[in-house]
Amino acid sequence: MSRVLMKGNEAMAEAAIRAGCRAYFGYPITPQSELPEYMARHLPAAGGVFLQAESEVAAINMVYGAAGAGARVMTSTSSPGFSLMTEGLSYLVGARLPCVVVTVMRGGPGLGNIAPSQADYFQVTRGLGHGDVHAIVLAPSTVQEAVELVGLAFALAERYRLPVIVAADGLLGQMMEPVELPPALPVPQAPPWATTGAATGRRVISSIHLDPEALERHVLELVATYDLIAAREPRWEADGVEGADVAVVAYGTTARIARSAVARARARGLAVGLLRPITLWPFPIAAFASAPRRWLVAEMSSGQMVDDVRLAVEGRAPVLRYTRVGGVVPTPVELAEAIVRAARPAAVPA
Amino acid sequence: MPAHEIVIAGFGGQGVLFLGEVLAHAAVREGRHVTWLPAYGPEQRGGTAHCTVVIDDEPIASPVVADPTVLIALNRPSLDRFERAVRPGGLIVLDATLVDRLPARADVHSVAVPATAIAAELGAPRAANIVLLGALLAVAPILSEAAIRAGLEDKVRDPARRAANLTALARGAAAVRVPAVPT
Repeated sequence: MSRVLMKGNEAMAEAAIRAGCRAYFGYPITPQSELPEYMARHLPAAGGVFLQAESEVAAINMVYGAAGAGARVMTSTSSPGFSLMTEGLSYLVGARLPCVVVTVMRGGPGLGNIAPSQADYFQVTRGLGHGDVHAIVLAPSTVQEAVELVGLAFALAERYRLPVIVAADGLLGQMMEPVELPPALPVPQAPPWATTGAATGRRVISSIHLDPEALERHVLELVATYDLIAAREPRWEADGVEGADVAVVAYGTTARIARSAVARARARGLAVGLLRPITLWPFPIAAFASAPRRWLVAEMSSGQMVDDVRLAVEGRAPVLRYTRVGGVVPTPVELAEAIVRAARPAAVPA
Repeated sequence: MPAHEIVIAGFGGQGVLFLGEVLAHAAVREGRHVTWLPAYGPEQRGGTAHCTVVIDDEPIASPVVADPTVLIALNRPSLDRFERAVRPGGLIVLDATLVDRLPARADVHSVAVPATAIAAELGAPRAANIVLLGALLAVAPILSEAAIRAGLEDKVRDPARRAANLTALARGAAAVRVPAVPT
């Protein structure tokens, strides 16, 4: 096994190149700037196009153009930049264009700070843009998984002709970990719907449907795709959830901190489980058929995923939460204490 | 819990992140699991810097550490900030040239090495971090010498600089093995 030590941001860039991505448009923003930096250095050498746009608004529209022409394309940004991209994301969904958007979340709102955060959960799962817009959202928790999910993101984007979001956080972007990189995939041919010239007939990429009934048909096709995705693509990892005193629900960086906290709580004699959503949208509702006595949602936001957990649990067990905000990362010690508190009989939902 | 949870802290420019990277590369060379996590705020020259390195035989869960097994303190503010956090039975390695006190904790092991003075004596003033690494490994051989050498090869391409680092490593180890006052 050949493992190389890489930063999360760099590893995601290399994974994209190996997945056959040959077009990157973006605008630098901490804590993800190593990703475009890596692309600037390596993508032209791989025969691809790297372009630093004048803004995130421009970058996402360049992605629209390249995707429409059939290129395997991506961008990356962090929270404030992602906000600027949401208009373009809605157009990409409306035009049924595949692309990958990596967001390395940082503390908000506003400029906030550059520390790790998960406070854009609602934005990536609910607020990607105007209209009936959804996209698959993948949440890696290790650098190795980030590499694998970037590859998967391109495959899913092209399978469903929709953008796929990879939602990481500043900690995963900045940390180094050994990774095993996948073999390079061939660069794909443009798909038959792409605007590659008029020689084979006129093709139009657009999100405009002025006739309401035509737009309704278009949206219902999108909804059918969302339903297909919701049936096929939920991903999660579960450990010891059934019958646990407390089952922790956490994703991304918080999930790996939770794994250490769970080990500490188990060492104190508690039956503790861990459920880690890998897809944030579609949310892995089926995973919540397991029945612990209580759920404890841990996230680096004021409590966003907890809403999805409550919808999935449907009142069958209390759902408590442990949250840190503003870029503060919970430690395994404090999260273990929260688990122990949640296990007490008197604990009531927050 | 992981075998080694190491916090390295000092001023920006002392090679805090570099020292962590050498450990991380060495751990990879030894086939171990490792995470390297920098404090990546809006850092500036002369400000404080720290990083966390976790090394284990099992896949690593949390790269975030609240109670390290090892603290390497390259300056006084770092000792003041992190001393309380070190796990009972843990180890503090400090640069005695720059840290003007010893750890107050009685339940941890402490090693004080005048790393900055030794590095200056070697004509490699920026190698104080590697002197401390040598001291750490002499007290707690968490990685093999071969792995550390390989880790240095990964991080330092220039042979002359690498040789200087290996000398600093050896001097750090010797400073621990030889009592300051012969008995």
